[in-house]
Amino acid sequence: MNELGPGTVYTETVVWSPPEAYVNDVPYQLAIVQLDSGRRITGRVDGDRVHIGDRVSFAEFRNQVPFFRKQA
Amino acid sequence: MRQVAVVGIGKTAFGALADRDLRSLAVEAGQKALENAGAKNSQVEAFYLGNFAGPSFVGQNHLAPYVAAGMGITGIPATRFEAACASSGAAFFHAVSAVSAGLYDVVLVTGVEKMTSQSTPKVTEILAGAGDLCGEVRSGATFPALFAMIARRHMYQYGTTREQLAAVAVKNHQNGAKNPLAHMRKVITMEQALNGKLIAEPLTVYDCSLVSDGAAAVLIAPLERAAEFTDKPVRVLGISQTSDNVALDEKADITTFRAVQTSAEKAYKMANVKPSDIQFAEVHDCFTIAEIVAIEDLGFVKKGEGGPYTLAGGTCMHGERPVNTSGGLKSKGHPVGATGVGQICDVVQQIRGEAGERQVQRNSLGLAQNLGGSGATSVVTVLGAA
Repeated sequence: MNELGPGTVYTETVVWSPPEAYVNDVPYQLAIVQLDSGRRITGRVDGDRVHIGDRVSFAEFRNQVPFFRKQA
Repeated sequence: MRQVAVVGIGKTAFGALADRDLRSLAVEAGQKALENAGAKNSQVEAFYLGNFAGPSFVGQNHLAPYVAAGMGITGIPATRFEAACASSGAAFFHAVSAVSAGLYDVVLVTGVEKMTSQSTPKVTEILAGAGDLCGEVRSGATFPALFAMIARRHMYQYGTTREQLAAVAVKNHQNGAKNPLAHMRKVITMEQALNGKLIAEPLTVYDCSLVSDGAAAVLIAPLERAAEFTDKPVRVLGISQTSDNVALDEKADITTFRAVQTSAEKAYKMANVKPSDIQFAEVHDCFTIAEIVAIEDLGFVKKGEGGPYTLAGGTCMHGERPVNTSGGLKSKGHPVGATGVGQICDVVQQIRGEAGERQVQRNSLGLAQNLGGSGATSVVTVLGAA
């Protein structure tokens, strides 16, 4: 049930000015992913930076936040 | 339904006002609006206060009676409205509705925010509370990040460029430099705007509005009583507030603020005007991309043409349709709860012909557009000479 499956990057940004809770994470990439299963979800991107249209795979939830990785 | 007029306006300076507290700002703006209308505090029949996050920024709750009492006003309905950055736009909409319906005659509407006593990460976190905490915000979205994602998608779908975004900032600083109440009264160059410190890619610090303290107020009354207060009443010809999803990832198309479109359509219909009739506007440029999306959704230009139109000067002081002659949120400042009523003050000032060196020539029909969050609340007001 924690499996979101693959998707396509709908939009993205790299955050340089964080909220208090994430001051140690900057810079980090955030993306809205259009999941193949239909809905869109906002999550973080691990590893290589992604751009609109890139294919991504769901990696894992960390503290309820979905992480995605660029597909090879 | 009765016709409603703005009969008094009052604003504090916007800025980092270290020696001022929330209440003193709100009281100053309210008293200025009363003085501007030649009205006494005893004539105020209801008090509507727009404020986004006083409890988080300064720890104070129960704000509306607290501010009213600071003006010597008790014994009337005094209520706070919260709708993120559209808090005082929402307060104004509901106040106009009540006067129009005949519940009251003389109503004071004030907007206020005191933001600069907190650190930037804390301010960022408080502002993020206007987003979806269980989704986008938990993932690390800030408001600049949400609008950066809107910008990226707008660039992808319509070819909008960094230079077009920067043109919004350059124009608004040009205007704000001439506004004595503006937070950042300085001109910036295109080169500076393009090379600012990154906040959320592709947005730099010059794409973002300012974190400010400040307050604004208007006194409203039925049109038939306006002459008791002013010889320059300004009519509320059309007004509408609409809502949309809070989370960006729940919107079908993030390059459009659907609430801006729906509130604009209703306000235009009520005023019996077309978008092309609007001569000038104050729009909600919390980020440069927001102004571009707004002028498209208000129908001033076709979808996707907001960037080229801005770069070509269409929205400049002497362009086809001046936008944000006050300097906008970008240069004037964005004390979020004060912004909606502040915009009404700015449009009224233009219609009265009191905008000094920022005065537009075609000034009989203006519009104010106030946005909450990433588009979950929109208030659009069409104002005209009486």
